[in-house]
Amino acid sequence: MSTDTLRTRLRLPQLDATNGVWPALALALIVGGSLVAIDGGSLFTESSMISLLQRAAGLGIVAVGQTIAILAGSLDLSVAYVISLTSLVAAETMAGSDGMVLPAILAVLAVSAAIGLLNGLLITKLRINAFIATLGVGLLVKGYLEQGYAGPAGSVPTSFQHLGYDRVGPVPLSFLLFAAVAAAVWFTLRSTRYGHHLIATGGDLDVARLSGVRTDRVLIRTHVICSLCAGIAGLYLASRLGAGAPRVGAEGGYDLESIAAVVLGGTVLAGGRGGVTGTVGGVLLLAVIDGVFNQLEVDSFFKQMVRGVVIVAAVAVYALRLRRTSDRRKAAVA
Amino acid sequence: MSTELAAPAGSAPAVTSGLGGGGRSGWGAGSIRPVLIILVLLLIAVGIRQPDFYNPPVLLAFLKRAAPLIILAAGQYFVIVAGDFDLSVGSLVTAEVVIAARLIDGDPAATWPVIALLLGFGLLIGLVNGLVTTLLQVPSFITTLGMYLVLVGAVYTWTGGSPRGALSEEFRQFGRRGIDGVPVLGQLPYAVLVLAGVAVLAVLAMRSDFGKVLLAVGDNPRAARVTGARTARVRTIAFGASGLAAAVAAILLGGFGGVSFQVGQGLEFTAITAVVLGGVVLGGGRGSVAGAMLGALTLQTLLTLLNLLGVSGALSSAVQGLIILAAVAVGTLRRRT
Repeated sequence: MSTDTLRTRLRLPQLDATNGVWPALALALIVGGSLVAIDGGSLFTESSMISLLQRAAGLGIVAVGQTIAILAGSLDLSVAYVISLTSLVAAETMAGSDGMVLPAILAVLAVSAAIGLLNGLLITKLRINAFIATLGVGLLVKGYLEQGYAGPAGSVPTSFQHLGYDRVGPVPLSFLLFAAVAAAVWFTLRSTRYGHHLIATGGDLDVARLSGVRTDRVLIRTHVICSLCAGIAGLYLASRLGAGAPRVGAEGGYDLESIAAVVLGGTVLAGGRGGVTGTVGGVLLLAVIDGVFNQLEVDSFFKQMVRGVVIVAAVAVYALRLRRTSDRRKAAVA
Repeated sequence: MSTELAAPAGSAPAVTSGLGGGGRSGWGAGSIRPVLIILVLLLIAVGIRQPDFYNPPVLLAFLKRAAPLIILAAGQYFVIVAGDFDLSVGSLVTAEVVIAARLIDGDPAATWPVIALLLGFGLLIGLVNGLVTTLLQVPSFITTLGMYLVLVGAVYTWTGGSPRGALSEEFRQFGRRGIDGVPVLGQLPYAVLVLAGVAVLAVLAMRSDFGKVLLAVGDNPRAARVTGARTARVRTIAFGASGLAAAVAAILLGGFGGVSFQVGQGLEFTAITAVVLGGVVLGGGRGSVAGAMLGALTLQTLLTLLNLLGVSGALSSAVQGLIILAAVAVGTLRRRT
């Protein structure tokens, strides 16, 4: 596996090597739009577009965080429980009062950063495989949630609900929040030293370390950011639901769905290649599929099947392309 | 360090056969000694808490409950040791149970044909996972995640949102009943017999050429390919074994409990956890199938102990998380020193 990818990895500047998600998104919009039109509705009305963007926001914020975890050659299975936990932290700290909004936000950020730090430390200092480490931390949080909460708790003041429901022109505020998070992470990856070190770490941990990158630090920071993103998504969901919900993350399947969105966006699961823009495309693609099926009033479970097939097919196409380009390059060398 | 140097290429499989597989140092990754010690400690604790635990009938009833997870762990082991994941087994178990209930619909005559169908279905799903992973070169994490979505969606769509039909008593007996009147033991549960059969088959498979190639593939895929091993075929068979194991586990689980969409929920992660607890390394190449099955048994013992200690079901997932982190951390730290 490694020598094939080495050749392509040398052309680092082109971060999104496999960005086929945009044509796929266009295709989904055209095909889905026409299907909905035949059915007598319209995908492009303001209200359906708004609900589409709103759906994208929650998953999108988590997926941006997941993107950098995967880029760094890691992954985070604890995000779903972090989302539930932070939605509760937010709603219980606010307890319906306007004055507590800011402390609540700070508390959420602190809690999620702490969980991210724990993930990072387990992975780097104790050398636990990221899959097991984040799964274990997720179980810890899950146990706490199940022990302490039977149902929704806390409440969010109306002032904070603006985040979930307001719009700037036609665009939901939540989507702007998603865009802002994505832009910030995109900029970090592209233009900061940490961003470049992250790509190097994900590309080849040992090579990065031998080149002087403090890979442990990079990985810890990455997991903190990933958890922070989940915390922000928890804030958004709390404002949307008006309360904290102990099962909202797990029921939404945010752990596996965020990984799916990242991979759909062309980021390679093994790390080192991909980017945030692809993830945004992946999230939008999932939201469009969602929106089309909702408009067609197709059974929601059928939707899930289609999702599964789309994800696998997309990755198969990426893999095929990758092989073609590396074959071509080999031919060129010969 | 010297063992590390000797490990790559094809040399690992030769060392890693049989029960103690990979236990070069006795403690390092792939060794079953750590899990054995944890298991013994847990068993002692359970014995103190529940003195009649070691009466053969009680012990057998415990093994009966543990059987599905152990079987799933054995299946998952084949996939993991070759460097892959199978995230679809939980949804596959659910699908199998729901299919069984709907097709049997209380009719005893349908039992055996449906069992044959279930085994075939499990194998088929596993092989599809394997073929998509090897031929289309989709990472198995994604393939089986997709399969998970497809299976969950398909089962709900097919049943219209709630499970229909009922299992026949003949079908349920595999999970519930056993051979009565066995001296000393009392009743010998069918589930334990099935478990023993699966365990023997799994150990034999790992001792065969297939098992050795599988380990070589997980240890170093390129080296395995270069030496002429049919890596794609072996990996595909491993996925088939995992699917088949899920089918067997589903048949046993269908006997224990009722028919619901929750039967298999989360079982993929529990199985992976069990395998890792058994000293098998994610990424492949190290660990034994006996270790994986012992890992599952350990996990089940832990849950029993927590139950006996009166730890609520809710908190038990937290304790589970803690134990897993601790066990894996200790394993990896020992490997480093």
